[in-house]
Amino acid sequence: MKKFSVVVLCAFLFFGCAQKKQDENKIVIWHWMTDRQKAFEVLAEKYKEQTGITVVFELYALSDIYSQKIIAAAQAKVLPDIFGILDKKSIIASFIESGFVVDLSEEFHKDNNAWLNDLFPKALAVNQFEEGNPYNIKAGIYGVPIDVTNIQMLYNRKLLKKAGIDAPPNTMEEFFKATDALNRIGIPGLVSGWGELWMVDCFASNYAFNIMGEEKIMDTFRGKFPYTDPDWIKVFTVFKDLKEKNALAEGIVTKSNKFAEQDFALERAAFAFNGSWCVNVYHEMNPNLDYGAMLPPSVNADLPMKIWGGAGSSFVVNAGSAVQDKSIAFLKWLTAKDQQVFLAETTKNLPSNKQALASIPPVLADFAKAMDNTTHRMIWALNEDPLVVDVFDRGLQAIMIGEKTPEEVAQEVQQVKERQMEKSKR
Amino acid sequence: MKVKNFLLPQFKDKFENFLFIVPAVAIFSVFYIYPFFDIFRLSLHEWNGISPYREFVGLANFKELMQDKVWWDSIRNAGFITLVALTFQNALALALALACDREIRLKRFYRVVFFIPPVLSEIVVGLIWQWILYAGKQNGEYIGLLNYFLYKSGLPHLVNNWLSNPDTVLACIAIVHSWKGFGWGFIMLLAGLQTIDRQLYEAAKVDGAGSWNIFRNVTMPMMLPVIVVVMILTILGSMQVFVLILSMVGQGLVYHTEVPVTRILLSMTGTNQFGYACAQGVVFGMLLVAVSFALKKLSNKMKQES
Repeated sequence: MKKFSVVVLCAFLFFGCAQKKQDENKIVIWHWMTDRQKAFEVLAEKYKEQTGITVVFELYALSDIYSQKIIAAAQAKVLPDIFGILDKKSIIASFIESGFVVDLSEEFHKDNNAWLNDLFPKALAVNQFEEGNPYNIKAGIYGVPIDVTNIQMLYNRKLLKKAGIDAPPNTMEEFFKATDALNRIGIPGLVSGWGELWMVDCFASNYAFNIMGEEKIMDTFRGKFPYTDPDWIKVFTVFKDLKEKNALAEGIVTKSNKFAEQDFALERAAFAFNGSWCVNVYHEMNPNLDYGAMLPPSVNADLPMKIWGGAGSSFVVNAGSAVQDKSIAFLKWLTAKDQQVFLAETTKNLPSNKQALASIPPVLADFAKAMDNTTHRMIWALNEDPLVVDVFDRGLQAIMIGEKTPEEVAQEVQQVKERQMEKSKR
Repeated sequence: MKVKNFLLPQFKDKFENFLFIVPAVAIFSVFYIYPFFDIFRLSLHEWNGISPYREFVGLANFKELMQDKVWWDSIRNAGFITLVALTFQNALALALALACDREIRLKRFYRVVFFIPPVLSEIVVGLIWQWILYAGKQNGEYIGLLNYFLYKSGLPHLVNNWLSNPDTVLACIAIVHSWKGFGWGFIMLLAGLQTIDRQLYEAAKVDGAGSWNIFRNVTMPMMLPVIVVVMILTILGSMQVFVLILSMVGQGLVYHTEVPVTRILLSMTGTNQFGYACAQGVVFGMLLVAVSFALKKLSNKMKQES
């Protein structure tokens, strides 16, 4: 009996550790988009009917958790056939350098750039590495955008009307007049998920572009301009003014975006700062919400207001996948007009395929109009050191809770910047 | 030949027995021993978590950590949460355990109810408390339960922006953490109380001891080993709190809600400094081990004295 048990145990150990052979008619996709799982499953069913290939969409929300899962999977070399990389360009570069991501340039240029021409250039730009990029990655297109997005301000028409405001504000002065009028009738001004630091960073960078322009921002990242420069103090002062003029909803500094979306949808605030994905979210929370999209009110009439936008969600193909060609074929199908129209109609996200734009709801059209104003950290010449960004974002929080002045935060950020630059020289 | 005949069956026996513990040893080695040593190794490198290149930097990560003010502030914040847990949480657990150790009505019901908070998901607890502590208003009424009741009870001066106020946010997290965690201590202390021989209480009563004397001279000395275990587990659990913080305040309020685990998370996924994150993990782990050892030594000393 003992010998038999030993044999069974050895067999268990051997077969338990053996690797499973991958099904060649199955594609596994990991994603984070909670609002799209059902739509993806419908498309997967349709694809199976057309081609006989099973596509499995596995959802891992929230996006933070998803990012960590992807990194862990990459370290363990168990990435799925298709996945997304929700991280800085330098990390995407590392994924490419480590051989985890397929260069899709050849596919995009096939048949006289057929696939390339179907998609918005700004969406593709986010997935591209240009010649001479600072990451030493071979120039090419490495990801497929499945939608486009931008992050703007939203305004509640009904609440603005209640406060006697006929049109959304264009300048910061008009915005403060509006929030003043709203506060007098007990309606909070701006709500956003600034408990997620990337959102407050996004808002700040919009104003950095408006106040000093792209070149000076990039030069600051290069170390040519300090964060104590008067233009950066102006950026920090925007947040000080927002706090002092009571333009912000209570608790905005630690609010998650989900709660902020709820606040705006349930008309607890007149303005929101959110991405175009909110259209689907607000529709589910309050289908009768009457709102529009607007650019953040500018502080400098001489420079344009730039907003974050471009590819919303993108997928890359695992270079180690046994079904690479089939995965690429699926992504081509997913970004084709019919599928993009379906996704735009069911999930209310902006399509990445130009031909699908005609089918979008009116409020999404508001978002689409602002695509010319978009920029994205993934297309900037370089990005700031992430530790500097963290200190910057927390400094903005400190200004909004009245703990620090813009000048104090500028000093702190500059100190960390200098330390990081010294470290990188070593 | 006789030796060979003697040794071979013994060896076979031992080998067969060993084969049965191989799976457990393998799992323990893969998930505990190997990562333990690998973290030490990684802490001596600079690595972004993905790149095939890892630069050996020696003790540079540890040197940087010693000068990282935010890291030491995060340890202080975790220490505050732990102190609240050690006092408020465990005092509450002990009080409720003493109450449930007596013959009272609905004893079993209370035991179940008091054990509900620990089994709830931390994310769910954090979200619910975020709503309770919500500071906003709608149509002139406070939405958050706490502010609503304070206002309605004639205490509007106590209404606060609980989770966005640097003076209250950490205390709120500590109290919620204690609320969630007291059930574990309650169960362990109750189990400890029930192992005390009732005859000791009877003998003390016969000698004329009052409730306080019985508690001081019978209950506490007998409960000392259990209390020490509860304290060690409280310290280990509270120092590593972070899920509750993420669900209550997102990425935090400036640095007021930073704790060691959130700093390690930031190093790994925010700034992609895996080597530095490993150094933080090593230092944090050593700190927890040192605290556990110190507590155990103290308890041994107290046991000897008693």
